Amino acid sequence: MTDRRSALFELTLARLRLFFREPSAVFWAFGFPLVLSVALGVAFRNRPPEPVRVAVQSGPAAERTLSALASPLVKGVVLDADAAGRELRSGKVVLVVVPGETRTYRYDETRPEARLARLLVDDALQRAEGRADVTRVSDERVAEVGARYIDFLVPGLVGLNLMSSGMWGIGYSIVEMRTKKLFKRMLATPMRRSDFLLSFIIMRAIFAAIEVPVLFGFGRLAFGVRVFGSPLLLGALCLLGALTFGGLGLLVASRAQNTQTVGGLMNLVMMPMFICSGVFFSTSNFPERMQPALRLLPLTALNDALRAVMEGDGDPARAVGGPALVLGAWTLASYAAALKLFRWR
Amino acid sequence: MSRLAVCCQGLVKRYDRGVVAVDGLDLDVATGECFGLLGPNGAGKTTTVEILEGLLEPTGGRVEVLGSTWSSDPRALRQRIGVSLQQTHLPERLSVAEILTLFRSLFERGREPSDVLRAVSLEEKRAAWYEQLSGGQKQRLAVACALVGDPELLFLDEPTTGLDPQSRLQLWDVVEGFKQSGRTVLLTTHYMDEAERLCDRVVVVDHGKAIAVGTPRELIASLGGQEVIELALGAPADEAAAAGLASVPGVRGVRRVAEGFALAVERLHLALPAVLDHLRAGGSELRRLSTRHATLEDVFVSLTGRGLRD
Repeated sequence: MTDRRSALFELTLARLRLFFREPSAVFWAFGFPLVLSVALGVAFRNRPPEPVRVAVQSGPAAERTLSALASPLVKGVVLDADAAGRELRSGKVVLVVVPGETRTYRYDETRPEARLARLLVDDALQRAEGRADVTRVSDERVAEVGARYIDFLVPGLVGLNLMSSGMWGIGYSIVEMRTKKLFKRMLATPMRRSDFLLSFIIMRAIFAAIEVPVLFGFGRLAFGVRVFGSPLLLGALCLLGALTFGGLGLLVASRAQNTQTVGGLMNLVMMPMFICSGVFFSTSNFPERMQPALRLLPLTALNDALRAVMEGDGDPARAVGGPALVLGAWTLASYAAALKLFRWR
Repeated sequence: MSRLAVCCQGLVKRYDRGVVAVDGLDLDVATGECFGLLGPNGAGKTTTVEILEGLLEPTGGRVEVLGSTWSSDPRALRQRIGVSLQQTHLPERLSVAEILTLFRSLFERGREPSDVLRAVSLEEKRAAWYEQLSGGQKQRLAVACALVGDPELLFLDEPTTGLDPQSRLQLWDVVEGFKQSGRTVLLTTHYMDEAERLCDRVVVVDHGKAIAVGTPRELIASLGGQEVIELALGAPADEAAAAGLASVPGVRGVRRVAEGFALAVERLHLALPAVLDHLRAGGSELRRLSTRHATLEDVFVSLTGRGLRD
């Protein structure tokens, strides 16, 4: 106990200890994003192509037609006219083949699957009946790393995690300290207020330095998600994101007098970004008119920048500059406003 | 002025909606004394102390603490005072030693955390988390956090409220240990026995005003009698009976209590037989009688007509 360390060091150490002694906080910060990425990665994994299901209406030529269809892309059954009609209506088969002098295909044209079946079936039958290809073709099948859903998802989850742990980690603990009058107690000492606030920011930076490699490392090991651009730039962006959302957490918590209020405020701030900032699906799903506004959201900016670095195409400064500017502006504005509004008791 | 640890004049604190918590309070606390602010809940004690601690802005009045004001150099002043708030919830999952080391780091000068732990008898609990401590241990840790900056002036707001008798005695020992080093203590309490035991001087506060100042002995002497006879009669405790008792020689004051009267008397050995003679002459049936020493509680009741915990 003799070696006395600085107030800032002790304040930061206390924040770290308090965090790691709260198992649920540790789970929400580190465990939950991993569980989420596993669940989503499994749900949206790239599957082998599903065969289309078709029926051949029973009759003299039915069996011959069925054997001509044999292919991994088509799954056929022979059914009588009634049963075939029923299965078509209920969607169990997408196309019914009625063999005959003039072969009839019965299907719903508005279903892409049915149109695909029509092409596959007709191609297979015509070929079996002697039609020859004019040009020789060869198929090259690709599943490019970087273009899969999980490649889209991982940077989105990193952004989401930086947002939620930044806001909860700072906002919630500040309000809790305020309600427990711990602020007042600290203010009765010669503590510098700047040291106190800085300890939260340092804690966020330290956590970001743990959270982000954990998520990216997991993405790499479990799904082979790769970063094609500069890892250094990626790290810097994550740090900037951590500071931005730390500032927003501070702002949201600057006046709230109890944890319910701050919880509501945080959900109010985070919910729109949860949906609109391209975490789980691309922002391009929203109308063109909304795009400029969406790009100004801090989480959209962070996610866009992270994805640009991960894809690694083109000039990184050009791709990342705009979003980084947006993040920087949010950071400065939120700290300035938080310091102005902050209620110390 | 330099002999005064705390000096305030005409202190006023008005909150929104016109609530006046402190209403023109004057206080002088000499260096080296233990000074008590005594009064019921809501009397304005905590508001007063928090203004003196520099945590609240007064609406009006002058405050000087250790020879300087809160507007000049608050950090330098905070270095010289120790504060224990009425309710402090320290972080649940930090250990006793960690909390004390943290508070020590906030001060430029101070005592070794291990010394302070010894002073408040918490050495055995040094590795325990705050949430594992009993109420008395938590309160002693709160005081330890106030002591770790080696203050010249210690503020204690209701230090023993809600504690069991054993814990109160331990805390009193801590305060007395601090007093012995010649430093100043300002405490608030609504326990009269605490004030009588610890305080060199007390001020009785009610509705934000000082209604009496002095040593506990002086205040009790101001009642006119050092002893109290409490009695209950078969007859109703009415005005006439009260007037009759007041006329008995040696009785200095009469007030009605729940079931009868409390009489402040001088020289109990003469006053008691006179009271009994008076009752016998009036034919009143005596249901119950007890005597005790007068306390600061009696002082408060005689000044305000109310009990401290009413």
